[in-house]
Amino acid sequence: MFRRLPETYQGWVSLTIDGGVCVGREGDSVAALLLEAGYAACRNSAVSGEPRGPYCMMGVCFECLVEIDGIANRQACLVPIAEGMKVETGAGRRKVTP
Amino acid sequence: MKRLASVDDLPASCDLAIIGAGPAGLAAAAAAAECGLHVLVLDENPEPGGQIYRGLGAAPASRRQILGRDYERGDSLLSGMLGSTASYLSGATVWMASRDLEIGVSKDGMSRIIGARRILLATGALERPFPILGWTLPGVLTAGAAQGLLKSSGMVPQGPFVLAGTGPLLWLLASQLIAAEAPPLAILDTTLLATRSSVVGALPAFLASPYLLKGLRLMRSVRRKVRVIGGVTELRALGEGHLRSVAYRVGRGKTETINVEGLFLHQGIAPNVNMASAAGCDLAWDRVQLCWKPVTDSWGRSSVPGISIAGDGAGISGAEAAAGFGRLCGLDAAARLGRISEAERDERALPARRELSRYARGRRLLDLMFQPPDTFRRASPDAIVCRCEEITGRQVTEIVADFGEVGPNQLKSYLRCGMGPCQGRLCGLTVTEMIAAERNVSPSEVGYYRLRFPIKPVTLAEIATLPHDDDDVRAVVRG
Repeated sequence: MFRRLPETYQGWVSLTIDGGVCVGREGDSVAALLLEAGYAACRNSAVSGEPRGPYCMMGVCFECLVEIDGIANRQACLVPIAEGMKVETGAGRRKVTP
Repeated sequence: MKRLASVDDLPASCDLAIIGAGPAGLAAAAAAAECGLHVLVLDENPEPGGQIYRGLGAAPASRRQILGRDYERGDSLLSGMLGSTASYLSGATVWMASRDLEIGVSKDGMSRIIGARRILLATGALERPFPILGWTLPGVLTAGAAQGLLKSSGMVPQGPFVLAGTGPLLWLLASQLIAAEAPPLAILDTTLLATRSSVVGALPAFLASPYLLKGLRLMRSVRRKVRVIGGVTELRALGEGHLRSVAYRVGRGKTETINVEGLFLHQGIAPNVNMASAAGCDLAWDRVQLCWKPVTDSWGRSSVPGISIAGDGAGISGAEAAAGFGRLCGLDAAARLGRISEAERDERALPARRELSRYARGRRLLDLMFQPPDTFRRASPDAIVCRCEEITGRQVTEIVADFGEVGPNQLKSYLRCGMGPCQGRLCGLTVTEMIAAERNVSPSEVGYYRLRFPIKPVTLAEIATLPHDDDDVRAVVRG
């Protein structure tokens, strides 16, 4: 739901979102790239399961939680993208495996 | 400036630890380091600048032009910090700043607890909650979020979108999006049109304010390019799984809808008080700015010895004032720790004091003019108040009706309201004000959530990385 302005870029970074390859720009947060890639929603609420997506983009609201490189519930708006990163969206309530 | 790479590089202790690298933190760091203090700056973002100067260090010229001259004012603050002897750790989440002056910090899954002789909280502001029906739908973001994306990634909203609410940031964002050739379909302006006698009373000071001309010019140029729908009294975000349209009403007129893919909400900013509150700093309700702010003296000292607070986190006063006040706090830390005399502190503080009084002029009118209306500060029965735990306006008012003298902390027990990962940041003000209105008492009587460390979620794995010796292990291992 966001697009890039026509600026001259250097430093493209390639990563995967839900297994699909996605290219962002150095300096993007994971949440920014999600919004550019069309993910207005990136998880399901832990209470009702309703879809939720980035809201404040400044680390306050905890709506943009995604799994990054195997670690669940990371704030996508605070994590800069990195080459080879694996982002998984759509997580709901955290499961505990005994 | 010494850039630290990980928590392993952190000193065991420092003279002054500054939490937050926005204008207040940057100015304080430069001023304190100048006086010879060992300064450590911890910030959650990848780059310094805070929200206001987000992305400034890397923004290309075309983006700087869109964002305007005020954005570029951050250059001198950034270079002041870069040229200083301060140490700086980015991407660092501070989850504790205790009254014993201990700081708990995490980065990349590793935690440390370090000591400081003094702490300066420069944690800035957050956008006031805007609890309308449908504000949790994907596609509804804050105006600050849209501006942050423009600053740090050069991104603008795609597809039809509107801005809604009130306050200077909404107009600034509109003008920046116009400059980026991505204007909103409309601005749904919720500013109250009624002129209050208090507004008129604050007018003379405003006429001498640096905000006046700039603000009027900005609003006029936006109105020329974008449809502004004033007097909006009702707002709803509609859609299933994603925002599809925005319904609004002007005055008592009939409901209209606009089909959109994006809605950017804003109704002012409020101090981010979580850290100060958890540290035990006294808070007071500001009846004009309609928010909690920590009680501080003229040097930013809080009620907790050793902890000072600078910038919008101490009360909303804007980026320029934040930098000036940060400088005062940095100098005061140096005086308190015996590096400079009080007389020297006072003298060095003079230019910043003068700047501060200039920016204080007219602030009150700005606050009164853009005071968000009651209807948008309280949730309607079906609207969500607490986004994390999905508690509605009806649930809050019913608890108050059933139990009478309840406060925000009782709502936690009854409803889990405010107990999700955001720890009340997105519902605290709404809850205080709704309880106050229902009970017909003042917000200061109702109080605020009791906040405790860690103020941000930390994993047990992170806690386990804290350095420990055999005694620590024996204290918790059985057998």
